[in-house]
Amino acid sequence: MLNVGKIENGIVLDHIEAGKAMLIYHYLHLDREDYQVAIIKNARSNNMGRKDILKVECDPDTLSLDAVALIDPDITVNVIKGGEIVEKKKMTMPKQIVGVLKCHNPRCISSIEQELPHIFFLADPKRKIYRCRYCEEKYSAGEREKWFR
Amino acid sequence: MRHCLTPLDFTTQELDQLFDLAADIEKNPEKYAHACDGKKIATLFYEPSTRTRLSFEAAMMNLGGKALGFAGAAQSSAAKGESVADTIRVVSCFADIAAIRHNKEGAAYVASQFSNIPVINAGDGGHEHPTQTLLDMMTIRQLKGRLNHFTIGICGDLKFGRTVHSLVKTLARYDDIHFVFISPPELRVPDYITDLLDEKGYTYEECIKLEDVITKLDLLYMTRVQRERFFNEEDYVRLKDFYVLNKKLMRRAKNDMYVLHPLPRVNEISVEIDKDPRAAYFKQVQYGVYVRMALILTLLDIHVD
Repeated sequence: MLNVGKIENGIVLDHIEAGKAMLIYHYLHLDREDYQVAIIKNARSNNMGRKDILKVECDPDTLSLDAVALIDPDITVNVIKGGEIVEKKKMTMPKQIVGVLKCHNPRCISSIEQELPHIFFLADPKRKIYRCRYCEEKYSAGEREKWFR
Repeated sequence: MRHCLTPLDFTTQELDQLFDLAADIEKNPEKYAHACDGKKIATLFYEPSTRTRLSFEAAMMNLGGKALGFAGAAQSSAAKGESVADTIRVVSCFADIAAIRHNKEGAAYVASQFSNIPVINAGDGGHEHPTQTLLDMMTIRQLKGRLNHFTIGICGDLKFGRTVHSLVKTLARYDDIHFVFISPPELRVPDYITDLLDEKGYTYEECIKLEDVITKLDLLYMTRVQRERFFNEEDYVRLKDFYVLNKKLMRRAKNDMYVLHPLPRVNEISVEIDKDPRAAYFKQVQYGVYVRMALILTLLDIHVD
């Protein structure tokens, strides 16, 4: 059994579908940060059989978790302060996402306008559909790799 | 500060007020002749246009104001690579209100985020053309006396036609309207439009032949198959003359079925019906000026007693 120690301050993402932790690492842009990160792959889980866990030592208020909600809203987010879990939450679909998804519509103004933030809004919460703020092109979860920045 | 980026920026009550104002402008033009003395509209047209640009400029001049701007991207600093955001920031120093047409979708929204003056979307790619919808609705209201309880046929290019999408989305806020979509299979109305109608409980039907449905229509909105939206010349040539509205078809239509078209028309409406009293497409152009005058007054918050 692998053991990874507690973190003092940061975020622990639990109940990640087995094999998906690297995706979340990538889409949270953790490779660009100096945080200490531990990825546990295929840990045993009573409910899920197997799961991944991601531990990030950082100031919890600085990490934007919008990408997590897009990838899998069933992930549990544990906020750690002083070595203790101070908050446990399930992600909800954010009403607006900035800088996570990139619009690939060649007819969209975001394809040519300099330094324009890529913004998607939750157009249909029931069907979990996001649309580009500018051109209203639909974000498709099935083509995730194409849409994430 | 308000902008007009889509017709949904206005509630139905606000639209009624806008149309009432436009109707008053039609009846009493002299009352409004100096409402915008000293004001300027900037018409920023990155894409070619005749009717829309001239209509905005005429609207402002009819209100006593002036117009300035450019009629093509090559004539503007866009040719030097200036962003929409920077352009509107600069233009905000020269004018009181701006109308922008751009080939990229969302351009008017970007302008509104960086502007110190009201922005009107005069058409952004294949996305929206709100003032066309406003004048379409004004025309329907003036001809039919109401904006509900009718069957409207929408014919032609329903896939790329921004005026179609905008009109359907806006009409789907009024009661008891039945939509009949007439198009070749390749140019069907997009799913997000029919999804919206399903969600709101509107009835609609889709068909290919105009002659099969013309007898039941109270209004017929014809559209051009737009060459500029096709990537492939062959597809365009195959579809461009799919529908031709002529005298023979009009004989089968109701006596009070009006024909609308956002113009320019090519072959889809034969010139032989131009003198038919039900041909309303040139009336639309006239109503367009009144609606744009009303819109300018509303966005500039100018009230004339």
